[in-house]
Amino acid sequence: MTRVVLVDDHALFRSGVRAELGRQVDVVGEAEDVQPAIALIAELLPDVVLLDVHLPGGGGQAVVQAIKADHPQVRFLALSASDAPEDVIAVIRAGARGYVTKTISTAELTDAVRRVAAGDAVFSHRLAGFVLDAFAAAPAGEVKPAFDPELDQLTSREREVLRLIAQGYTYKEIARELYISVKTVESHVSSVLRKLQLSTRHQLTRWATERRLT
Amino acid sequence: MDHPARWHHHDPFRHKHRHGHGGPLRRDPADRLGGGVAAGIAGWRGINVTTVRIAFVLLTVPTSGAAVALYVLAWLLIPMAGADSNIASRARSDTRGIRLGIALASLLILVLLVARTLGDGWLTGWVWPQVLSVAGLVLIWRNAPAEEQAVLRRLVEPPEGAAGGQAGAAGWRKWSVIRLTVATLLLFGGAGWLFSAHASLALLRPLGGVTLVIAAVVLFLGPWWLRIARDLVLERQARVRAEERADIAARVHDSVLQTLALIQRRADDPAKVIQLARQQERELRSWLFEGRSLDGTDAVTTFAAGVRQIQQDVEARYEIPVEAVTVGDGELDDDLNALLAAAHEATVNAAKWSGADVISLFAEVEPTEVSLVVRDRGRGFDPQVVPADRKGLAESIHGRMTRRGGTATVSTAPGEGTKVTLSMPVTAKPVLAARDTT
Repeated sequence: MTRVVLVDDHALFRSGVRAELGRQVDVVGEAEDVQPAIALIAELLPDVVLLDVHLPGGGGQAVVQAIKADHPQVRFLALSASDAPEDVIAVIRAGARGYVTKTISTAELTDAVRRVAAGDAVFSHRLAGFVLDAFAAAPAGEVKPAFDPELDQLTSREREVLRLIAQGYTYKEIARELYISVKTVESHVSSVLRKLQLSTRHQLTRWATERRLT
Repeated sequence: MDHPARWHHHDPFRHKHRHGHGGPLRRDPADRLGGGVAAGIAGWRGINVTTVRIAFVLLTVPTSGAAVALYVLAWLLIPMAGADSNIASRARSDTRGIRLGIALASLLILVLLVARTLGDGWLTGWVWPQVLSVAGLVLIWRNAPAEEQAVLRRLVEPPEGAAGGQAGAAGWRKWSVIRLTVATLLLFGGAGWLFSAHASLALLRPLGGVTLVIAAVVLFLGPWWLRIARDLVLERQARVRAEERADIAARVHDSVLQTLALIQRRADDPAKVIQLARQQERELRSWLFEGRSLDGTDAVTTFAAGVRQIQQDVEARYEIPVEAVTVGDGELDDDLNALLAAAHEATVNAAKWSGADVISLFAEVEPTEVSLVVRDRGRGFDPQVVPADRKGLAESIHGRMTRRGGTATVSTAPGEGTKVTLSMPVTAKPVLAARDTT
């Protein structure tokens, strides 16, 4: 069974998730702030950490960054009530394998945890929208010398997959719609995640910054 | 409490001649004109306080004004009667005050240097020690207990008395006006006299006079200006905070509390409760994370706002969740309004007929086209056997789009859900012109 640690500053939410997930996964620990979470995760080394984006002591990305260096096998799934793209993108860029909103159904959440544990990426429809937005075609003048087309652009197939995710399609439905296998859908999503994390694209940071301002 | 007139008009001779109390030297707050230094010395040595004061004044002449600086130093270093620490010990940790003191002192030094190059050293020689006094007074002012600050304020802020409209302050106002006038006359006179004594400097006289007048103004009003500026900043910050609080309170009341009340009254109707909670959640979200108007009464001028409006409208009227994702945004024009109207029809259709428990809206603004997908996982239908009452709606979606050069495709099958894809090419037009028409 997948071993899960819950990190969220709302005790009520933690107990809710624990009750919902209890049968499908093994919730081995809970933490409510950055420092306790880092200590707990380093001690328990769970398969998946369900991580709130907003934490009082520094935000979810601080936890991801602290753990990633020493324990790369621990995977993170960001879970948040926040719709603010810059928060979400920051946690994903720090190394989380996906992002789902707190309104997600139990079945979908269980599925997302399983997927992340298996090393796949999980994009909610909203995150797919953010990513499409952030990777929107750059104006001609935006292409920097360090521009790496491998990392700084999405392929048209990846775009298609993201559009379908944004429309609420499941991986299985996407596979059928595009006449590809579910495995291929998963590899497209993982590749988008890799680009999101590794891209040095100037645009990506600026996009998030602009979002905070407006 | 301590009426200005009480200390200003008090008669020093009324106080009994005291013998030295033999204790440590302490400033005497009960009998003070300034810091109570003279009164303290008088009490300590058992001399008449007026004698000490006259001695102080006389001392300023041979010391070229250094006695004033000495007085300020004494004020800083001698603790007040009944207190165990002096002002200087408190001032040590007041880095801002120290910086401010240094700044004012250096300003004065600058003025003095200018004055010296213009005139002679006699008058400026008197002012040099006041560099120390100014810095000292700043520290006292910032670190002294409240009642001492009040005394100092009266000494350095003549205009406040004139400006303060409190009843009973009339006498004080007259005093400060007189004092200010005298001080100004003295300065003007001094400057004039100084420069008339040096005929060779005839050309520089106006300049020197202006410099001295400016110096006088800065010296008299500087501390007051600083305090006014600081008070203004503090007041503005407080006002902004209060307004924010009031704004949040008003919004929470108007929306969240109202919704909570509604939810309590509709507790027996789960569908309605869920719908109310969703609606409220979305409003609060858009206000918190996107800075948009909570009640949604803002005129819809952008495409993304139009999509949001469809979402809200359908959720409110058909009690079904609508998930909307918008990529990019743009100003609305007639083409995009047609697209939104068609999308609205499609979403209403899905809400009315599909039986799905959620509808997805996905809108994407690209440089060459704007597309919008309305999708549900409901029962779908066979496009060949469309019920008569749905034909018209399909026509209104289709017709609206094609008339403007767009396309509408409906893909559906029984049990497969329905997907309506609308796309509208973007015609090249200046963005600003589009904004003018909206």
